Amino acid sequence: MQIRHYVINYAHISVNISFASSRLSGACRVLWVLWVLKVLCLVLSAVHEPSVPEVTVGHGAARSRCRRSFRNVQPRLVASERKRGERKTPAGEMSGSFRDPVVLRSDDEDLVDVLEERRHGSDLGFTFRTFSPPSCPAPSVSSSDLRQSVLDSLFLRHVAKEVAVETGSPLEMVMGDARSILEEMSQNLQLGFIRLMAFTLTKVFKKLFRSIFINMDGLNTLQQAVQENPVVLMPNHRSYVDFLIISYILFAFDLPVPVIAAGIPLAGMKIVGEILRRSGAFFIRRSIGSDKLYWAVLSEYVRTIIRKEFAPFEFYVEGLRSRTLKSLTPKLGMMHMVLEPFFKGEVFDITLVPISVSYDRVLEESLLAHELLGVPKPRESTAGLLKATRILQEDFGSMFVNFGCPLSVRSLCEGRIDRCRFNLRPRHVPQQPSADVQACVSWLAHLVVRLQEEGSVIGPWSLMCCQLLQNPVHVLTGDGLDWQQLSDGTVWSRRLAVDCGARLSWSGSVSDPDVMTSAAALHRSVVQRRRGRVYLLQGEEPERRRPIGSEDGVMRTAAAVLMLASYRNQALHVFVRPAMLAAALNVTRSRRREQLLGFFCFLQDVFSHEFIFVPGRSTQDFEEACFYLKKCGAVNIDDQEVTVPDSGLEVLSFLQKLLQPFIDSYQVVFRFFCEDGPQVFSEKQLLPAVRQFATKLILSGELHTYEALSSDTQKNVLSALRRLQAVTKLRASEQNEYKVNREAVRRTADVLAGKIPPQMLQATPDARL
Amino acid sequence: MASNSSGGGSSDRQRIARQRLSRIAGHLQRPADGSSAIVAAECKAHGSQADVPGEEKTVPRRRQEIMKWNGWGYSDSRFFFNKKGQAEFTGRRYRLSGLIIPGLKDWFESTFGASLQHKTPATPILNSSAVQPPTLNEAFVEELKSTGIPLSHDAEDRVFRAHGHCLHEIFALREGKFGRVPDMVVWPNCHNDVVKIVELACKHNVCLIPYGGGTSVSSALECPPEETRSIVSLDTSQMNRILWIDEKNLTAHVEAGIVGQDLERLLNESGYCTGHEPDSMEFSSLGGWVATRASGMKKNVYGNIEDLVVHVKMVTPQGVIEKSCQGPRMSTGPDVHHFIMGSEGTLGVVTEVTMKIRPMPEYQKYGSVVFPNFEQGVACLREVARQRCAPASIRLMDNEQFKFGHALKPQVSSIFTSFLDGLKKFYITKFKGFDPNRLCVATLLFEGDREKVLQHEKQVYDIAAKFGGLAAGEDNGQRGYMLTFVIAYLRDLGMDYYVIGESFETSVPWDRVLDICRNVKARIIRECKDKGVQFSPLSTCRVTQTYDAGACVYFYFAFNYRGLSDPVHVYEQVEHAAREEILANGGSLSHHHGVGKLRKEWMRDTISKVGMGMLKSVKDYVDPNNIFGNRNLL
Repeated sequence: MQIRHYVINYAHISVNISFASSRLSGACRVLWVLWVLKVLCLVLSAVHEPSVPEVTVGHGAARSRCRRSFRNVQPRLVASERKRGERKTPAGEMSGSFRDPVVLRSDDEDLVDVLEERRHGSDLGFTFRTFSPPSCPAPSVSSSDLRQSVLDSLFLRHVAKEVAVETGSPLEMVMGDARSILEEMSQNLQLGFIRLMAFTLTKVFKKLFRSIFINMDGLNTLQQAVQENPVVLMPNHRSYVDFLIISYILFAFDLPVPVIAAGIPLAGMKIVGEILRRSGAFFIRRSIGSDKLYWAVLSEYVRTIIRKEFAPFEFYVEGLRSRTLKSLTPKLGMMHMVLEPFFKGEVFDITLVPISVSYDRVLEESLLAHELLGVPKPRESTAGLLKATRILQEDFGSMFVNFGCPLSVRSLCEGRIDRCRFNLRPRHVPQQPSADVQACVSWLAHLVVRLQEEGSVIGPWSLMCCQLLQNPVHVLTGDGLDWQQLSDGTVWSRRLAVDCGARLSWSGSVSDPDVMTSAAALHRSVVQRRRGRVYLLQGEEPERRRPIGSEDGVMRTAAAVLMLASYRNQALHVFVRPAMLAAALNVTRSRRREQLLGFFCFLQDVFSHEFIFVPGRSTQDFEEACFYLKKCGAVNIDDQEVTVPDSGLEVLSFLQKLLQPFIDSYQVVFRFFCEDGPQVFSEKQLLPAVRQFATKLILSGELHTYEALSSDTQKNVLSALRRLQAVTKLRASEQNEYKVNREAVRRTADVLAGKIPPQMLQATPDARL
Repeated sequence: MASNSSGGGSSDRQRIARQRLSRIAGHLQRPADGSSAIVAAECKAHGSQADVPGEEKTVPRRRQEIMKWNGWGYSDSRFFFNKKGQAEFTGRRYRLSGLIIPGLKDWFESTFGASLQHKTPATPILNSSAVQPPTLNEAFVEELKSTGIPLSHDAEDRVFRAHGHCLHEIFALREGKFGRVPDMVVWPNCHNDVVKIVELACKHNVCLIPYGGGTSVSSALECPPEETRSIVSLDTSQMNRILWIDEKNLTAHVEAGIVGQDLERLLNESGYCTGHEPDSMEFSSLGGWVATRASGMKKNVYGNIEDLVVHVKMVTPQGVIEKSCQGPRMSTGPDVHHFIMGSEGTLGVVTEVTMKIRPMPEYQKYGSVVFPNFEQGVACLREVARQRCAPASIRLMDNEQFKFGHALKPQVSSIFTSFLDGLKKFYITKFKGFDPNRLCVATLLFEGDREKVLQHEKQVYDIAAKFGGLAAGEDNGQRGYMLTFVIAYLRDLGMDYYVIGESFETSVPWDRVLDICRNVKARIIRECKDKGVQFSPLSTCRVTQTYDAGACVYFYFAFNYRGLSDPVHVYEQVEHAAREEILANGGSLSHHHGVGKLRKEWMRDTISKVGMGMLKSVKDYVDPNNIFGNRNLL
């Protein structure tokens, strides 16, 4: 309760400050920063106070038991724990002793824990240290200069004139609109606020995470890259926490701090929005639609940042936080804006840096699961953020930030883009991107997401989830799963994952059972280990006001299952290609390569929005799948045939079961369309209807996977069907209405079930190919 | 640029030596007609007073008498590092001649990572036995001999006409390697000689390659290796007379073999000039200018070659093409002159040209402006072009070239001068705060009557001031222009020490100038790195011409090739990549060097398939048997 008290106090103070600050300027602002720092410091050290050890609600008892039992099996690690316990805060000893040991990667990569130093050094010293990043190619540009050059740009004026003519309003007014859009959007990167951010995040991260591991070699190549060409940092987005993590790391390692594209809701947060803005975030409206002027301002703003090369540019190519911890199909709008300066020769090259952020445990895990089940996400607000400080008491394991190898857009685009095409028009005159440009941008975006996947680190928990989900849900909730069976299975799948090229955070220095015990302990909110068996914990009730019924039971189970599923998803990118081959072998019952390839490609089409496939690489993906399956001894391959030895059945069945929930979920949606669903529907109507339909099937025992309830899956099916032209968007409709071609859906369902060969489907041409 | 006052004494001595040589040579060859007495004349007379009699011409039939066989320019002029390690320029032809250039060594070593210890000397003597024996078309030779037109199948003569000045050509010569060379050289003396030669060539199916000044940098003079016929080099150098001057219309009718410096000097004697001054004007010929669509430094006042030409006579296998009148402009269908200009010797030989001439300018003034950075400099040039007030010449060098120019400052004699230089430097870098690693300099040349020049000068400096430019003195300007004439000699010096390089040009719309400069320079650096060049290359550019809608940009690129097994191949790959980069950034394939064989592969993309078809059909009509078989352009 003390926390709450502090928090409210702080909120009051801050609000007052924000009023005051609007009138402050110049030197006063610096003082203000210092003061806020001090207040934050106070608040955060209060959070450290030992008087609030167990504020968290829920499964406290179970958790502490887990912790203890875990400690008992970890005698060797006392030393490292003691080291960790040397923190200055009085709470250090206590919370430190509860912390689980660090699991280091066995790979020979040079991983460094950013927090390690912070735990020893002074945070204020860190905050106020000399920050001297290597110079970017161009001198720094103030945010007002940046705004001005956007407003002065020929492009913006051109579009503004067009808009003025279209709307009939005077040009000055349109430019005025542009200016206010720009003011709403614009970042205001200031070193002082970076320091504030660094200070706050140090406090927060030290509470949340045991370690934040980053790969030093990636950082070193990045250091080189920022000095040469404009750099675009492209992290994945799994949690709100990673919003500033890149800036934090870059600040810590003396690299220029990026300008970050963020969603406008963040700007709406009191004070925090402004702090984010001054830490380099700029804000983009969610639904821009056909607002021509907004598009123009945004794209020119992004291009100007790239052209001026004064700071790295960071954006989420996936567009939003992944609710499923699975990579999302990249959004191409921002990617186009970022790449255009290269296409038009305004910069020599652009360096893309895929960054993979992975977590042992994601802060929003249960929120995300509930969101997938249709509970709306809470609005981003400062109050909400402060309320969320209670999670500071929980343990979220480690965070891994992997800086991928910098990609040169120039080399990647070689032979894909004819840059001469831009020669015959003034470059500021907007031009519809040609087919090859679109294809190239899409390809690059997919490639980056794939590289994010490859760079992400898979923890033992993800593999355990893979194993857990191989079992029927009623077993997990009912009798539970034998711990030994789970751990054997996990160790087995670990080898498989390594064979398939996964990067694991599973060091050899700690014994396997300990690793898994630790992982299970970390996730005690989802699973519980009791008397040698593991049980799935039912989630908290999503909404208490509703009457409790059997459907609510389904939802509660579903929430837990979806949490497991999302951790499984973290590992899925490693297995998905071999798993699709396994599914092809299973469904087609064929050995012939072409036939398998045909079905494999069909699966890629169907799952095009579910998993990331780099366009135009189907055959290579198939070959890759063959290669990995052969490598782990699951299949034998010659020129014509793929045969399965008996020894390979275990692998194939594991892989196939990994994919099965997706196939089942898709079939459910297909069935919904064919049997129940209306011919014309909007997306808003669809999701609850499908959820209801699936719930019914689950209750009747016809459907075993709870993942069909996930709105993400449902949306992906819709996208896939649109791609296969089984569903078409009604042009006239304003509310995104769709029309179903039941025959085509049925055909797709039949192919997926293996009733008809995929060739039959080829009759419907693919719009995107 | 040559000094006008370099002393009559020395040039007399040289003349005597040359005459002695010519007497010896006279035993070997038919006496040339009176006008082609062999003289080592002044390279370029800039002022009015030419101290060489008008009848004396620069280029002898035997070029080897005055020119290097495996390098640029006159045999007596070259750079070398003396025993103290200081660079010196020999000879007496240029302002820099005989001077010591103390800064060059340091610049050279630090820019390229080169060392004076590591030498790559050229083969000293042309080994005639290494030249493949000529394949002669006996019947053609017999008939040609009967016309009395001088000819030769001497190995040296043939080697001289087998190359231009591309890096790979000179590099091979320095190594004593000869590829396919012409089998014979003929020296027609006038238009009618050319008509006879072309007729005979058609009759006997002999391949003709016209040769003017030999300054091509597009592999245009290279004999196509696949050519099996006898190749005859048609050297126009002896067709070098001004046939008449029409002072009413301000035109002159000139034989196309005349080289730039002679043309200018001879016209100057009558008080006129053409004002056409390409950097190669010491050696390049009028016919060559027409055949490649040349551009002169002072085009802002006088125009490029296409603006200067009033009438052209060209001998083709189908006969002579010329217009029937000298109307200043005609609306008579597509201008046939434009088939001739830029034909690069694929259609025929340009024999006579009527050119515009102008009274010599009363007053000339050099100037220079320092800008804090290249961007500002380009913005200034753009503004100058917008106001259409460009001086006769305005060129903007980037920072690297500025430093290069600095390194080429000759030793100053007086302490006062060096003190002044120091003061200037202090003023610009310390007082004005220009970053010495970013500043760049524009060189200017004004021409006209005194009043107007001064007025014009003020206008340009006022514009420059708006872009942060500071006037930096006449001297810097003049030195800048002088360098264009010696830079080709410098390449030979570099090649003595493992450094190879080349320049190439393009034209580009204004809005892309900065982008193309940055991208091409960066591309060169990246390609060098990728291709295993051990040292960072010199990659620099300058804007040399301004137009209403764009500018001409020149790139210089050189690197130290120690550690590379096939430096020329690496060089060619980098140059190729650089050209691709130019095209991708909206630059043209060539502004004035031409296409030749070096840039042929991009022609289709440049002028479209239909355009190629149009050019091909002209070639097919004019020269169905490919007598003019140098295979340039198409």
